[in-house]
Amino acid sequence: MEFDTIAAISTPMGEGAIAIVRLSGDEAFTIADRVYRSGGKQLQSVPSHTIHYGHIVDPKTDETIEEVMVSVMKGPKTFTREDVVEINCHGGVVSVNRVLQLLLREGARLAEPGEFTKRAFLNGRIDLSQAEAVMDLIRAKTDRAMNVAMNQMQGRLSRLVQSLRQEILEILAQVEVNIDYPEYDDVEEMTLTMMMEKSQYVRDEVEKLLKTSEQGKILREGLSTVIIGRPNVGKSSLLNSLVQENKAIVTDIPGTTRDVIEEYVNVRGVPLKLVDTAGIRETEDIVERIGVERSRQVLKEADLILLVLNHGEELSDEDRRLFEAVTGMDVIVIVNKTDLAQEIDLEEVKQLSGDHKLVTTSLLKEQGVDELEEAIASLFFDGSVDLGDGTYVSNSRHIALLHQALQAIEEAIQGAEMGMPVDMVQIDLRRTWEILGEMIGDTVQESLIDQLFSQFCLGK
Amino acid sequence: MVKKFEAGNYDVIVIGAGHAGVEAGLASARMGAKTLMLTINLDMVAFMPCNPSVGGPAKGIVVREIDALGGQMGRTIDQTHIQMRMLNTGKGPAVRALRAQADKVLYQQMMKETIENEPNMTLLQGMVEELIIEEGECHGVITNTGATFRAKTTIITAGTFLRGEVIIGDLKYSSGPNNQQPSIGLADHMRDLGFDVVRFKTGTPPRVNSSTIDYTKTEIQPGDETPRAFSYETTEFITDQLPCWLTYTNAETHQIIDDNLHRSAMYSGMIKGTGPRYCPSIEDKVVRFNDKPRHQIFLEPEGRNTKEVYVQGLSTSLPEDVQQQILSTIPGLENAQMMRSGYAIEYDAMVPTQLWPTLETKKIRNLYTAGQINGTSGYEEAAGQGLMAGINAARRAFNKEEVILSRSDAYIGVLIDDLVTKGTNEPYRLLTSRAEYRLLLRHDNADLRLTDVGHEIGLISDERYSRFNAKKDMIDAEINRLKEVIIKPNEATQSLLEEAGSSALKDGIRGTDLLRRPEITYNHIKALIPAETELPGDVEEQVEIQVKYEGYIEKSLQQVDKLKKMENKKIPEGIDYDAITGLASEARQKLREVQPLSIAQASRISGVNPADISILLVYIEQGKIAKVSG
Repeated sequence: MEFDTIAAISTPMGEGAIAIVRLSGDEAFTIADRVYRSGGKQLQSVPSHTIHYGHIVDPKTDETIEEVMVSVMKGPKTFTREDVVEINCHGGVVSVNRVLQLLLREGARLAEPGEFTKRAFLNGRIDLSQAEAVMDLIRAKTDRAMNVAMNQMQGRLSRLVQSLRQEILEILAQVEVNIDYPEYDDVEEMTLTMMMEKSQYVRDEVEKLLKTSEQGKILREGLSTVIIGRPNVGKSSLLNSLVQENKAIVTDIPGTTRDVIEEYVNVRGVPLKLVDTAGIRETEDIVERIGVERSRQVLKEADLILLVLNHGEELSDEDRRLFEAVTGMDVIVIVNKTDLAQEIDLEEVKQLSGDHKLVTTSLLKEQGVDELEEAIASLFFDGSVDLGDGTYVSNSRHIALLHQALQAIEEAIQGAEMGMPVDMVQIDLRRTWEILGEMIGDTVQESLIDQLFSQFCLGK
Repeated sequence: MVKKFEAGNYDVIVIGAGHAGVEAGLASARMGAKTLMLTINLDMVAFMPCNPSVGGPAKGIVVREIDALGGQMGRTIDQTHIQMRMLNTGKGPAVRALRAQADKVLYQQMMKETIENEPNMTLLQGMVEELIIEEGECHGVITNTGATFRAKTTIITAGTFLRGEVIIGDLKYSSGPNNQQPSIGLADHMRDLGFDVVRFKTGTPPRVNSSTIDYTKTEIQPGDETPRAFSYETTEFITDQLPCWLTYTNAETHQIIDDNLHRSAMYSGMIKGTGPRYCPSIEDKVVRFNDKPRHQIFLEPEGRNTKEVYVQGLSTSLPEDVQQQILSTIPGLENAQMMRSGYAIEYDAMVPTQLWPTLETKKIRNLYTAGQINGTSGYEEAAGQGLMAGINAARRAFNKEEVILSRSDAYIGVLIDDLVTKGTNEPYRLLTSRAEYRLLLRHDNADLRLTDVGHEIGLISDERYSRFNAKKDMIDAEINRLKEVIIKPNEATQSLLEEAGSSALKDGIRGTDLLRRPEITYNHIKALIPAETELPGDVEEQVEIQVKYEGYIEKSLQQVDKLKKMENKKIPEGIDYDAITGLASEARQKLREVQPLSIAQASRISGVNPADISILLVYIEQGKIAKVSG
C-alpha cells in the first residue's frame, strides 16, 4: 500500500484550460511509457526535469486520447521526492479523465486524498512544522471525499453494488460451509459449474455497471443535449450564451452530414454535447426543419433537454406539444425573455413542468444564466456535490474499483474454466467481493461469518 | 486464615493442565525453563470434557502447526486415536484437514505420562487462589493450602473453571466442567486486579451406553484406509480403527423440544452468558431453523475401553428427563441408556484485547493467559495459544526476544491476532474463512512454514531439523528438475496423456507446464520422466501442489509482501494517542485500548479507518524527524 505508484488529477476540475495528471512512485516512468507515444521516445531515458511533446494512446486499442506535454522529473528533487511524471492535457474534463483512467488501468493506484502531500512529508520533503497541517489536510480531504463518495453512492448504484455483493457473499458462504463443515449434509456442494455460472452473472453485472454508470458516461462522452422551443424564443441566444461562457470546442465530425455539428461545452464540470445545433442556427426551429419524426428521434437519444419558452407570449399548443414530447426525460424548462412584459401563464408552466427544473432568464440582459448552469450541474450531481477535486476523484475511484472487480471476477472465471478447485476460484471471488466493498466503504470480514451462521444451521 | 509457606522457586508456573496448560508447560520445560504445572485435579490432565476428537478444518492445520513448532498434541493423538480421516479431499490442498477420534482416557494417560517424564517439569495438584503481584509484575502464585511458589513468569490456563456454573434445565450449581471443583478464588482475584471479564457459555451433549444402541438403524462412518498422522515425527500408524455412526433427529424430536422449551435454561433466562453460534444447542437449532425437518446426529465412541458414546449434535441445557425423551425419538437410540446428561456451562473469560500478541497481559507484566480463558473454544485453539504463551513466558524468563507468528505464518497467528486485535463477543472458533492467506497456510506445508521457528527456539531437535532440511532440498531440486526437463511428444507420452484424458502434445513441453494441467498429477509426470531415485510421498505431494497452484500461491505471496511492509512499520511503545490531533475519537479510543504494535495491526482494528492510519503514519514519522533534529 505504501509506496506503490499513485496518480490523480492535480488541477481543479472544470476550471482552467489545462489540466494536469500527476504520477508519483517507483513505476511512474514505466507506467507513463505504456501510454505515451512520440516516435520511439521513452520517458524513462530522457534527462530529468525536461518536458516533452507527444500523445497519450490507449495501448489496447491504439486510439489516441489526448495531445499532451509531459514533464519528467526524477526523484529526489521532486515534490514527493519520488519519480514524478506530470501530463499536461488540453482537452478538458473528458479527455483528462480518460488519461487518468488509462494510467489506473496500466498499474497506477488512484491517490488517496492528500497522498502526494503525505508522501512529500514521509519522504522528508516537508519539515516538522508542517506536519500538523498535513494531518489536518488528510482529515479534511478524506472526510470531504468520503461525503462526496457517499452522496454519489446513495441510491441506485449503491443498491446495485450491495445486491451484487450479497449475491457473491452467498456463494462464498456456501463454499465456506462446504469447507468448514464437510459433513454437513443440508447444503448443496458448490460445484465449479455453479460457481462459473454465478461468476459470469457477476461479471455481466459489473460490466453493466461500468457501462451504465451515469457519471462515467458524462465523463467519457459528454451529455447529449438538445435545445427545443418554438421559433424566436431565444434558442440560439441560449446556445451562444452557453458556448461563449464556456469556451466551446467546435468540431466537425467527419463522415456525418455537413450541417450536423456537435459542440462540446463544459458547464461547471458537466460536459455537454450540444447536438444538431447547426439546425438551430440556420432555421431557428429544429422541429420545423427536420420534421416531427426526426425530431422525436433526436429527442429520444438526448440525455438532457433544454425546453425554451417565451416570457412575453402566451403558451401555445405547440409549446404544450413540446412538453408532451419530452415526458419522462431529463428536462430543464427555461422561461426566457423576462425583459419583456409577462404574457405567459407561469402557473400553467409550473403545472406542465411537473418535476422538471424551471429557470427564468433574460439572455439578452445576461440574467439567469448562472441559475441555469447551476440547474444543469445540480441535475447530475444532486446539487450537493462540490465540483472541486472531490467529485472526479471519487468518480475515478469507483470506475477504477469496478475495473479491478472486473479483473478479479474474470480471473475467477478463468480459474473455473481451467478446472481449479472450488476453494481456489473462491480466492478471486472473494477479492471481487472485497473490491466492491471498498466502493461502498464496507470490507468487514465478520459479515462473511455472520452470513455463514445465519444461512446455515451449523455445529455439532 | 491458612498460613502461607514458601514452596519453591521456578522459571515458569503454569496454572491449569488442560490442552493449553499442557502445551505451555511442555514447551517451557523443553526450552530449559524450570517449570511448575499446577492442576486442581491430577486425574484430569489433558481431559476432553466435550467431543472426543482432535482436528478438522482449520483446527487440524493448527495441530500440524503445533507439531512443526515442537508441541505435543499431534504426537499424542497419533498414538491414541481410534479413527483418523482426511477431510475435504475433493477440494483444493489449502483446505484439506485431518481429524482424529480420540480414545479420551488413553489420550489423558499418555499426556500425563509425557509430562511426568519431562526433565524440567514438576506436576502438582493444587488450586491457585491468588497471584503474587508487586509493582505491576507477577512473581508467582499462592494456593489454597498456603503454598507460595515464586517464578519469573506465570501462565494462567484456567479454561472454563473461573466461576464455572453448570446448568441443566432449571438446575444450576457452581462447578467446573464435568463436575470438577470450580475456581472461585482466582476468578475473584482476577476481577480485583482490574481485568475486564465477560461471561461466556458453552455446552455438551449427553453420553449413552453403546450396548443399548441399535446400530442397524444408523449409517456407518469408517475411518480412512490410508494410514495418516498429524505429527511429522510419527512413524508407526494405528491400523485398527473404530467407526462412528450417523443418525438423525425427526419431527417427533423437535416436537418434544418445542413442548419443553420453557424448561430450557437457554430460553428461561437462566443462562446469561453468550454462547457460540457455531456450536448451538439442539434447542437453538430447532428454534432458529424450524423449517429443517431433521438434524444430523453423530455417534462417536469415547474410547476403546469404555461403552460411553458421545452424541454429537445434541448439545443441550434441557432438563435430564427431557434429554432422555429426546434420545428415545432418535433412530437407533430408542432404548439408549443415558450415562451422563448434557449440560451448559457458564464461566468467566478475559476480554482478550487486554493481551499483547505474546499473550502477556498488558496490565501485569510477566503474566500470561492462554486457552479458553481468553474467550476461545476448542482443544486445538487452546493448545495453539498454550504453546505460544509457553514459548514466550520461557523466553522472557531467559531475557530472550518474544516470538509472534504473523497472520501469514500460521493459523495460530490468525487466531491470536484476531483475539488481541478485534476481541470476540462469543467463544471464538477458528474457521478457514478467518485466514486471508489460507492458500499459504496449508495442512501439507505446516513444517515448511514453521520448523525453522521451532528449531530456532529450541523445540525442534537438530536431528529432526536436518531431516526437514533434506526434505526441503529434495522438493526444490525436484521442482528445478521439472522446470528443466522437456517431455517429448513421443508415443509413450501421447498414450499416457490420452489415458489421463488430456490433449496430445504438439511440441515438447516442460515438466512443470505439463503438471499444471488440471488432469495431470505428479504420478503421470513420474511415469514419463522418473526422478533419479524414488522420492518420499510428502515430497512428491509438495512438488505437485507448489507447481500446480503456483499462480495462486504467487498472488497470495504478493499480498503477504504488502502485509509485511505494514508489519515492519512499528508503532513506538507508549505512544500517546491523545496527543495526535486529527484522529477520530472512536479510532483514538480503540487504539488506546488495543495498543497495536505495528501499522498492520492498527489497520485491522474495527473503527480505525484509512485516514486514521495515514495520520498515525505521519505522526510516527514526525517523531523520528524530531529525534533526528533534536
